[in-house]
Amino acid sequence: MKKTNMIIGLVIFAVLVTVPFWSSFVSPANGAAPEVSLDTPAINQMAEPKCVEDVEWMRAHHMDLLNDWKVEVVREGTRVYVAADGTEHLASLQNTCFECHSNYEDFCLKCHTYSNVNPTCWDCHVEPTVVGGAN
Amino acid sequence: MEMNRRKFLKLGTAAVAGLGVAAASSNPAVAAAVNGSYKESAGKKSDVTWGMVIDMKKMDEATLNKCVEACHKFHNVPNIDSKKDEVKWIWGETFEHLFLDEVHDKMGDKYKDMNFMTICNHCAEPVCVRVCPVKATFMNAQGVVGMDMHRCIGCRNCMAACPYGARSFNYKNPRLYLDEINPSYPTRMKGVVEKCNFCSERLAVGELPLCVEEAGGAIIFGDINDPNSAVSKAIADNFTLQRRTNLGTKPKVYYIV
Amino acid sequence: MIEKALVKRTSKAYWAWIAFLAALFAVGFAAYIYQMVNGFHVTGMSRDISWGMYIGHLTFFVGVAAGGVMIVLPYYLHNVKEFGRITVVGEFLAIPAIIMALLFVVVDIGSPMKLFNVYLYYTPHSMLCWDATVLPIYLILNIVVGYNVLQAENKGVKYGKIVKALAVFSIPFAFSIHIVTAWLYAGLPSRHYFLTAMLPAKFLAGAFATGPALIILICFILNKLTGFDAGKTAIDRLATTVAYAYTATIFMVICEFFTAFYSNVPSHKAALQYLFAGYHGHDQFVPLMMVFLVLVVVTLVIMIPRQTRTNYKLLGFGCAAAFLSMYIEKGLTFVIGGLSETPFGTIAPYHVTVPEVLIIVGIFALGILIASILFKLVVVVKKDMDLGAFPQEDRAALPMKYVAEYNKAHGIVEEVKAPAVEAEADAE
Repeated sequence: MKKTNMIIGLVIFAVLVTVPFWSSFVSPANGAAPEVSLDTPAINQMAEPKCVEDVEWMRAHHMDLLNDWKVEVVREGTRVYVAADGTEHLASLQNTCFECHSNYEDFCLKCHTYSNVNPTCWDCHVEPTVVGGAN
Repeated sequence: MEMNRRKFLKLGTAAVAGLGVAAASSNPAVAAAVNGSYKESAGKKSDVTWGMVIDMKKMDEATLNKCVEACHKFHNVPNIDSKKDEVKWIWGETFEHLFLDEVHDKMGDKYKDMNFMTICNHCAEPVCVRVCPVKATFMNAQGVVGMDMHRCIGCRNCMAACPYGARSFNYKNPRLYLDEINPSYPTRMKGVVEKCNFCSERLAVGELPLCVEEAGGAIIFGDINDPNSAVSKAIADNFTLQRRTNLGTKPKVYYIV
Repeated sequence: MIEKALVKRTSKAYWAWIAFLAALFAVGFAAYIYQMVNGFHVTGMSRDISWGMYIGHLTFFVGVAAGGVMIVLPYYLHNVKEFGRITVVGEFLAIPAIIMALLFVVVDIGSPMKLFNVYLYYTPHSMLCWDATVLPIYLILNIVVGYNVLQAENKGVKYGKIVKALAVFSIPFAFSIHIVTAWLYAGLPSRHYFLTAMLPAKFLAGAFATGPALIILICFILNKLTGFDAGKTAIDRLATTVAYAYTATIFMVICEFFTAFYSNVPSHKAALQYLFAGYHGHDQFVPLMMVFLVLVVVTLVIMIPRQTRTNYKLLGFGCAAAFLSMYIEKGLTFVIGGLSETPFGTIAPYHVTVPEVLIIVGIFALGILIASILFKLVVVVKKDMDLGAFPQEDRAALPMKYVAEYNKAHGIVEEVKAPAVEAEADAE
């Protein structure tokens, strides 16, 4: 009797604890990836829109890149990043990334909200909207 | 089931440890290196030790205010009107306060009250760097004592250590005390310490610090290791003072009086 | 074993006390949230006095934690058997004291979410880094040793060799936690109240008076509440320790005064003038320092003569005076006094704020709560021992090997076989 109760309890626990996984199957819309917007003046002007590194890599590793930049720039004082394709970029979140991605809410925030991450970057780094919208 | 509590704990620990290792090795942040490489900006001078001479014969009140305003405006230094919580990188301080070991009882008020530009000394033997538990305050290759705001935990040990009162803590949210935010430089958040950085963001691209540009000759800036630099000559040819030399901190800011 | 503190011989008053402390802690926690949301400007700290009440309390409670070694060291290294009964009190006192000390650091950190940078970017040339190293180690050692010693006693056996080795190992850590904390200050140029080689010695002497004084007070309180008897020789020996250590501390305070005022160097005098007489028109700490001076006289008068020291009514007063005076000197005024003279030769005042006080009260409540549970545990275990044998239900819970050992030690011939008791329990 005791054992059956225990097993029932465990099953209920397992079901509840996995809500985030199976709920996305029940209603797939909740789990759909957000559409980020590339519609900014700077990107529109580019003949062939291109980020510092290629899109796939940036999508997966932009946080690593920024992490690396912050050390190189602040501590080593080397400010030029030479990308894999040889192009040179000023290593700066505010002065390079935001030049193109001036739409914080439709770009950064959308994905961060979707993946439930709260980067502390914006505690200090000024996102374009704060300044009254660079676009 | 032949599994007592001890065995269960052992197995459980091993399983968790195994998971941890697996997670760490599959974590992209650990596995991935950055694709590209770095290089110095074209104008950056690497083989130098930056120092500053402030010529108090030329530095008047108006020039000082111009320096303070340019610096604080560019670096998003909040304007907090309370002595307790204020944040400042450059400011004016009387001779009596700045050179407290040099003042004597009978010194005339006009000398005691002379307004001196006050700034981080970027010491060659900085106490703040010594005491910082996370290397958030560090000295770079050009002798500039910088702050890594990403790393500062806000313990304020550096403030207790600094013999020059050069450091400010963000007791309040600084963004609430900025009329205008300069979008090309970060602000700070509440809970970190900040101070003058000798404009290292400008030095890195071959430009002079803002206060030097604003002062119009009242501040001489350059390589103090090069005997032919303007700054070395100014030190050699004039009577200069430094603040609290008896403490062994070896400041790199000199005053012509 | 810990359940003994929670279910055995508990009373309504005990639970009311625990609930009261938990409520106070909740208030302190709310004040902490308030501080973190609004920023540190809600405390008395300023651009000039960057360390205030929190770091002062950190320093004091590191001292309290280190003070327990005045029981542990004689017992484990010199075989002073009288302390055997209360070594665990010394070890258990260190646990809440260090937890409090660590919490006083945490509430002082401006960006606590980055706190673990201290370990991530380990920086041995920073004294704060050493503090963050030795304090947790000392905490863990005291938990492991204290708990195992008491558990052995609970089972009626002697603690193991490893436990003793760890206890001995913890002794240098007791010293080092306070030395490192002193070096946090004693290495700062231009802070002349701090900049003295005397500081670690003064801190340790103060701790060796404060810790034992508090242990005597705790023994008295436990005696009043539960009838716990620490043993007269143990109390007398501890009282002697307090007398010597306290006198040495006051001697060093006098040395500070001599050096400052005989040399007549202004910056050496500044902090003492500010605290004891007022300086540049700021005299907010003078009344408190007068209380300190009175307490010093009371302590010395009671603790030095043997007649008064062995009179337990007076000894209680003496220990309370010793504890409070060191709390004023080290906990409340040392840090603020040392930073009061700014790098510009001016005096910066310090005004304690309500949130700050509430946070401090909250941490006190948590420390006293942990101490209450731990000492309750000690008292229950000791009482069981004093009864000469375990109550039947406890003995049944012992592992078989301990039952045999226990019976052998006490010459008990078992009538009821332990497995039979187990079988009965299972059947229910």
